[in-house]
Amino acid sequence: MKILDSVKTAFMSLFANKLRSSLTMLGVIIGVGSVITLMAVGQGAQNLITSQISELGSNVLFVQPRNPDAPGFAGTAPGFTVPSLTLADAEAIAKIPGVLGVAPTNENFVKVTSGNEEATVVLEGTTPLYLEISNFKMATGQFIQDKDVNSRSSVIVLGSKPAGTLFGNADPIGQVIKIKDRHFTVIGVLAPKGGSLFGLSNDDIAMMPITAFQTRLYSSKTASGEEAVAAIAIKLTDRSFIDPVQTQVTELLRKEHHLTAREGDDFAVVSQEQLLGIFNQITGVFTIFLGSIASISLLVGGIGIMNIMLVSVTERTREIGIRKAVGAKRRDILMQFLFEAATLSVTGGIIGVLGGSLIAFGISQINFGGTIINAVVSPMIVLLALTVSVVIGLVSGIYPAMRAASLNPIDALHYG
Amino acid sequence: MAESKIEPNLKVTGPRMISLRNVTKVYTMGKVEIMALRGVSLDVDEGEMVAIIGASGSGKSTLMNIIGCLDRPTSGQYLLGGVEVGQLNDNELAVVRSKKLGFVFQDYSLLRRATAVNNVELPLMYSGVRQKRERAMESLRRVGLAERANHKPTELSGGEQQRVAIARALINQPKLILADEPTGNLDSVATGEIMNLFDQLNREGITIVMVTHEMELAHRCKRIVRVRDGKIVEDQLTNR
Repeated sequence: MKILDSVKTAFMSLFANKLRSSLTMLGVIIGVGSVITLMAVGQGAQNLITSQISELGSNVLFVQPRNPDAPGFAGTAPGFTVPSLTLADAEAIAKIPGVLGVAPTNENFVKVTSGNEEATVVLEGTTPLYLEISNFKMATGQFIQDKDVNSRSSVIVLGSKPAGTLFGNADPIGQVIKIKDRHFTVIGVLAPKGGSLFGLSNDDIAMMPITAFQTRLYSSKTASGEEAVAAIAIKLTDRSFIDPVQTQVTELLRKEHHLTAREGDDFAVVSQEQLLGIFNQITGVFTIFLGSIASISLLVGGIGIMNIMLVSVTERTREIGIRKAVGAKRRDILMQFLFEAATLSVTGGIIGVLGGSLIAFGISQINFGGTIINAVVSPMIVLLALTVSVVIGLVSGIYPAMRAASLNPIDALHYG
Repeated sequence: MAESKIEPNLKVTGPRMISLRNVTKVYTMGKVEIMALRGVSLDVDEGEMVAIIGASGSGKSTLMNIIGCLDRPTSGQYLLGGVEVGQLNDNELAVVRSKKLGFVFQDYSLLRRATAVNNVELPLMYSGVRQKRERAMESLRRVGLAERANHKPTELSGGEQQRVAIARALINQPKLILADEPTGNLDSVATGEIMNLFDQLNREGITIVMVTHEMELAHRCKRIVRVRDGKIVEDQLTNR
């Protein structure tokens, strides 16, 4: 018997039972569809985080406070740390060879008001180098200067969003805004950058000298009573310095912080690559978790096919008998039923891939409070889903097909 | 097991088509053994038209199944066209069924969802023959149903359905057609038509073995074999 004949026969009998065939396929469609959707969204979320972190640049290191008693990066988790970094640390780091400059930052959510208008922004207290490290560009005016940092000037640079909210089309430069009843003069506006993460637009931002932030708005102290900084970004002259600088910063800060050999680091120096690694691990686990849930529905779909094929074998016992009487071999009957199961699952798989991709595309259009996840239907996922559906078809079809093929022609002919 | 006492048919019309020697068939149902055939010897030559008659339970269906290679004898020898087929495996039997035999059943045994011509083509699918459609149409023409080729069985009368089944039996150009109560579900007019068709095919040289319980039909054959309790008890020529 030719393969083409097997396929034709399979299609004929599936078409003869349209409703049953489509309901059976529905199991696979839902299974494959949800695998595709969830994997695509997971991949999209991963890409989003990756791109956000990549934006920081590959020749940048970050120093964060760390709980010296906690293992590894877990010690940097918010809530477990006490402030340990200071402006003096940042200045010392800046002198290490290979370091182009440092940008210590403190940040907080603040309400910025001007007249009756108000905007909520992430306010960064920082230094001039931060403009470059954060990949922002100026739209108008100028950024924070060294003299502003030294003299704790009450100046502020607004992101494009708050600038628009507070001043509309008017020129914000020279205007005075209020944060916590303190006045700050707008000296510049950042060009819009676009993008968002966790519902927060990248442009809902404002920046001021870190000294002004510490003295006029939010002051936090280290254990030894100095003004603390939340993080220090280090820009290197070249990315090849990452490893030596990481080592030197660690040595330097241990000395500065007077840590004995038995004490752990009260800070962590991480590279962009390490950050990516941590986040990819998290999103990867998340994607696998979602994928496994979806796989369960794929499994259920496969069981559905097996169930229907078994019913079909019983129902078509006479047909099998007739086919055998006119010369069908075991293999012919086996192939016919296997092809039917495979056709069901592959057709279901293809529809599932299309449907899942469509849903993933739909999700990409939704704005989750500022975060847009561009779901990615990768060829790998599609190939995987289709392969799995072929395997499911064959596995769930093999037992019913063997039952059909092993029927005795006489019994089959006189059945029912 | 003693061989049948009945004298074998001496009228030789052609080379030997079927040769059964001391064939037995035992069915085991749980712990009970049922002896359906108790040593049957039968020779049928090419060109014969034989009626096998007997009460239900006599073993005539078992005999037909063995002749038709749907079943294997428990013991004894079966030569079909000079080839030993008694102990072939399932696949080899399937090839024999496809190449050497044509079956006609009481209930027509057509695929309900397929058209007449698709039904007639079916055996070709398993014998790997090309030009299925042409040969199927030719076969349908032979039974006078070419114009109904695209009708489904449900749209055909009983007699027409049985003619489709005969066209299917003819498609691989077998020398032997086995018919199991082929007119059992038909009225007298349709029965006449089917019997005429068998006559015609027999005249064209096809050997026909037919199970029936109607003596009137048996007498339209050239030879009557009566089976009782798993043995051939009578084997005689009719006056045709």
